Formats: sequence, structure tokens, C-alpha cells
Amino acid sequence: MAFVEAADLHVTYHPRKAPEVRALDGLSLDVPAGTVFGLLGPNGAGKSTTVKVLTTLIRADSGTARIDGIDVREHPDEIRRRIGVSGQYAAVDENLSAIENLDMVGRLYHLTRGDSRRRADELVELFDLGEAKNRPVKGFSGGMRRRIDLACALVIAPAVLFLDEPTTGLDPRSRLGMWEVIERLASTGTTVLLTTQYLEEADRLADDIAVIDRGKVIARGTADALKARIGGRRVQLTLVSPDDLPVARAALERVGTGTPEVSAEGRGLSVTVAEGAAELSRVLGELESAGVALYDAGMQRPTLDDVFLRLTGHMAADEDGQETEGRRAS
Amino acid sequence: MSAEDTMRRPGAAAVAPHPVIGAAPVPREPSPLAAWFSDGWITTRRNLIKIKRVPDVLVFTTLQPIMFVLLFSYVYAGSIEIPGSDYKEFIMAGIFAQTVVFGATWSGYATAQDIRDGIIDRFRTLPMRPSAVLVGRTNGDLLINCISMVVMIATGLVVGWRVRSSLLEGVAGVLLLLVFAYALSWVFVFIGLTVRSPEVINNVSFIVLFPITFISNAFVPSENLPTPLRVFAEWNPVSALVLAARQLFGNIPPQMQVGDTWPLQNPVLAVLIGIVVLLAVFVPLSVWRFGRIGSRA
Ligand SMILES: Nc1ncnc2c1ncn2[C@@H]1O[C@H](COP(=O)(O)OP(=O)(O)OP(=O)(O)O)[C@@H](O)[C@H]1O
Ligand SMILES: [Mg+2]
Repeated sequence: MAFVEAADLHVTYHPRKAPEVRALDGLSLDVPAGTVFGLLGPNGAGKSTTVKVLTTLIRADSGTARIDGIDVREHPDEIRRRIGVSGQYAAVDENLSAIENLDMVGRLYHLTRGDSRRRADELVELFDLGEAKNRPVKGFSGGMRRRIDLACALVIAPAVLFLDEPTTGLDPRSRLGMWEVIERLASTGTTVLLTTQYLEEADRLADDIAVIDRGKVIARGTADALKARIGGRRVQLTLVSPDDLPVARAALERVGTGTPEVSAEGRGLSVTVAEGAAELSRVLGELESAGVALYDAGMQRPTLDDVFLRLTGHMAADEDGQETEGRRAS
Repeated sequence: MSAEDTMRRPGAAAVAPHPVIGAAPVPREPSPLAAWFSDGWITTRRNLIKIKRVPDVLVFTTLQPIMFVLLFSYVYAGSIEIPGSDYKEFIMAGIFAQTVVFGATWSGYATAQDIRDGIIDRFRTLPMRPSAVLVGRTNGDLLINCISMVVMIATGLVVGWRVRSSLLEGVAGVLLLLVFAYALSWVFVFIGLTVRSPEVINNVSFIVLFPITFISNAFVPSENLPTPLRVFAEWNPVSALVLAARQLFGNIPPQMQVGDTWPLQNPVLAVLIGIVVLLAVFVPLSVWRFGRIGSRA
């Protein structure tokens, strides 16, 4: 049963002095209870807009959204009692300290004075803000701000936690820390909807991923299923001389899971492979015994660019060029 | 090693239940009225902490009126004749009114600032009364105005201003000024929610409030003004406010002409009506606007 569900959401922004933007164009998703759902998409795909609709910040022009069967538009107050939100930009009061921010949020959830205060103390410890707890947030680093913002989303035990790009702008260490927090949350059975621009992040955290672009879901599945669809890893070669192309292509064909792609100038080749390192070393061995000189060789993991190139490529073919139609409503 | 292969999320069994969620308290559902009072108090408290922590606002709102009182009573007092009275007596209600009217603009500035900082988005995802944020805002600014008022009264008394009526009427005059400024705060809250840029609020208040406060009877008797300006001044709500305060303070000499317009003939009543109208229009309008911030682009 879907715990969070959105059906055919449309949102159009009408900026002053600029053409209107169709941010959501028939987006649908459903998140089963107790799972982590990743919304993956490039800048401007509509991730934040989706989160804003689900968290009652904006109303969709059409379509429905429900959490636990409650309509977001009809009963925003009921929804607000059940969700925790950490938006793309930290929403905290700069002049209040970490404790004061958390206590304020607790009181606005209508916790008792004592409960709210206790929870604030507990959260600053859990989120490693102990030393900074009485300093105004103004002086916090980006990572600390993120943590306090996430802590604000966890003052109550939300039925659904929304995290909009929780690790964007964090250094690798803070990112790992944030991942651990999210994993621990997930392990307690909290339903989480997170957005990200990083395939790796969605892969690590999410049970289920929707790739969105231009306001709609263009692919949906587990990380493994998507990777298989995208083609997983690639072995990639750059030849010194284009004359060796047939030999190299044959070698790649033998290890790859698809047909090798050749760059326009005939020196770069790549192919998708099932595993990675093993295939790479086999190809290198074969080419060496064949006396093929290589300029460069390596393994490449699919990047978000690959995901989009491939997925939108398929879509254009599958759906009769629908994707190439303008998104700007005119 | 890559995250992709080796670090799949451990299953629930691998990690002990974590206190992040486990210990979280359960929210109550208070009655709407109790919720409203609680939310209003919490957001007011937030603004009080800000006043304490960013004292610039307070310094500005106390120093500026002291400067005005001193400058006007010593620089202009000798050169502006008020028949039957002393310029210091005349000017004080004008300075009070000007100060609290400008003080009301903080509400708009701070509201726009809150939207920019994103804290409003946090509030809008919490199960609080939406109007409480705005109530907290205007309450905070009322407090700032109260502090300015106390400082101005003290300075005024030092330079020789006196309430010539009764203590009760003096207090009524002060309250009238403060409540009018409070009503005006709601107008600025609405503007702040609409323009959403603190700088624009500053410009609006500068461009609109300077003429309104200066083309009035606040600093010179309006009958001394050239006709078009005099007509403007006599219909200007600030004139009614100043006159109402002056009347309640007993600072109007019997021979002074105050103007023939209805608001100037009945200044206290006119100001009271103004307060009711401003609140009746701008409180609901602001609350409505608040609910729709996100849907505007
Ligand atoms: N308030 C707004 N006014 C006008 N256009 C907007 C507004 N908010 C978003 N948009 C536009 O709507 C589209 C979707 O925006 P959205 O913020 O949902 O994308 P996103 O996937 O979160 O992107 P990012 O990765 O940059 O955060 C974009 O083209 C964006 O420019
Ligand atoms: Mg975004």
C-alpha cells in the first residue's frame, strides 16, 4: 500500500517578467510505508516542487497528493502533524541558537514545554551540535546548518520524512555522516522521501528510485534495475591509432554486455560490462598480446549524465518524440 | 571500493533501533484557541530573542527619537512661533507619531527578511496557526515601539515637555499612538508578504512615509502651509493622529487653528476608526497572503 502517493501533479510557475515554467507536468509516484524513496533528477527537474506540493508549501494546479490516505490539499493541518521536512535550503532562524530553534519547532508542534526542551537537548547531542548548541545559527558552517535543519525535521517522529537534497554542498565527510543518519532513520522504519542529483546517493540510500526530468517520472525501479537499464559500468579505451579499431572492437564485444560504441574520430571505444575490473583486465591482456597501443584505458561508472542521455534517448524513441516537445507552456 | 557495491543499506536487523526516532515525543492536539495563544507566544518570543541578540534595531529605535527630540526642541524651537504655546510642547506629539509610524515599517522589513531566510517555509510545514507568525511579528514590533515611546517620553520630560491634561489622558494619548502603529504594522506585514524584498520595504517606507509625516501638522501648524499642501495635510491621517495625541496631552493652546476637516475636528474618533479599519482589512488580508506565499513565483 502506498503511504505517500501523488497522481498526475501539474504545477506551473508564473514568474513576473519571465515566461511561465511548467515545473511538474503529470508527475506521479507512490512510496510504500517504511521504505526510502529516492527522487533523482538534474537541476530544474521538479524535485523541490514535488517536495513542496507534498509538504503543503504549494498547491498543485491539478492532480492529487495523499499521505497516509489524507489529501494534502484538503487537510494541510493533518499532514503537517505527520511530516518532518528538511528543504533544499536550511529553514532555521539565524538569530536563535540550535537549542532555541529546536525548542521553537517543538513548541509549534505543540509539545509540552518539558518534552520540547528535552527533545531539543537530545537532538543537539544526536546531531553532534553539542558544543555549538547555545550559539546563534548565524555562525554555523554549511554542514552544521544542514544538521540542525534535519534535526528540526525530527523533533517529532514523523510518519514521513522529506529531505530535499540533504547532502548537496557538504564535504565528503559530512556527506558520509548524513548518509549514516539517514540509514539509521530508515532502519527504524521511517518512510523517507529524499531528492538528490547523485546517482550514487540514491543508490546507497533508496529502496526505490524515480528518475524525473522536466516534471515527470521517466524511469522507476530499484537501483539495480535502473543500472541494468542504463547499462551499468563501462570499459573504455582510447587507441593511439584508429587502425587498431577492428581488433579493439572485437575484444570489447567479447567482454561486453552490449554493442561497443565508437567515438566519431574512431579512437575512443566503450562498452557496457556486467562487472567491471575483471573485464577491463581481460581486454587489456588481449590487446597487449595483439600488440595494440593504448593511449588511455579505464572503467567508468554510469553518471547521472549517462542516466539522462540514455533514459531520455529511450523515451524519445519509445514515445514517439514526446520528450522533444517544448516544456515551456506557451 | 565503491559505495555502489559494498555499502548497500544494512537491513533493519543489522542496526539497533535508533533513538533519533525512538525517543521522539508525541505531539498534542490542543484546542484551537489554546494553540493560537501558544503559537502566538512562541513566535513573539522568537522576536524578543532577536531584539536581545541583534541590538542594532533597539539602538536605532531609541537613539533616533532622542536625536529628534533634542534637535527639534533646541534647533527649531527658537525660530518657529506657536501662538500661545511653546514649540517643544507642540512638537513632541509630532515626534512621537513620526517615530512610531516609522517603527511600524520594521514589521514589513522583518517579514520580508523571514521569507528570504526560508524560516517561513519551516513555519508553513508545522501544524501551527498561520496567523500566529504574523501576530508574533507585530507583537515584537509593538514592544520595540513601546521602548521607543518610553525613551521619547523621558527625553521629552527632560527638555521641558509636559502633559497639560490629566495623567489618564496622557496615558490614553500614548496608547492611541501605539495602537495606531500596531495597526499600521499589519499594513506593512502585508506589504512585506507581497513584495518579499527587505530593500523594497525600506524604499517604500522612505518614499511614502517621509512625505506623509512631513506634509502634516507634525512639525509645523498646517495652516502655515501653502494651500495644496495644507489641503493634503488636513486630510492626512498622520495629522489626525498627531492632533489626537496633542489633544490628549493637552498641548493645544486655545487660540490655535487646527483645521476644518472632519478628521481634524474629531481627531481621536477619526484615529480610532482608522485603527479599526486598518485591522479589519489588513489582518485577514495578511493571513490570506501568508497562506499563499509559496504559490507565487
Ligand atoms: N518560485 C519559482 N518561480 C519560477 N520558477 C520556478 C520557481 N521555483 C522553481 N521554478 C522552476 O521550476 C522548475 C523546477 O524547479 P525545482 O526547484 O522543482 O527543480 P529541482 O529539481 O528542485 O532543481 P534543483 O536541483 O536545481 O534544486 C525549474 O525550471 C525552476 O526554474
Ligand atoms: Mg531543488
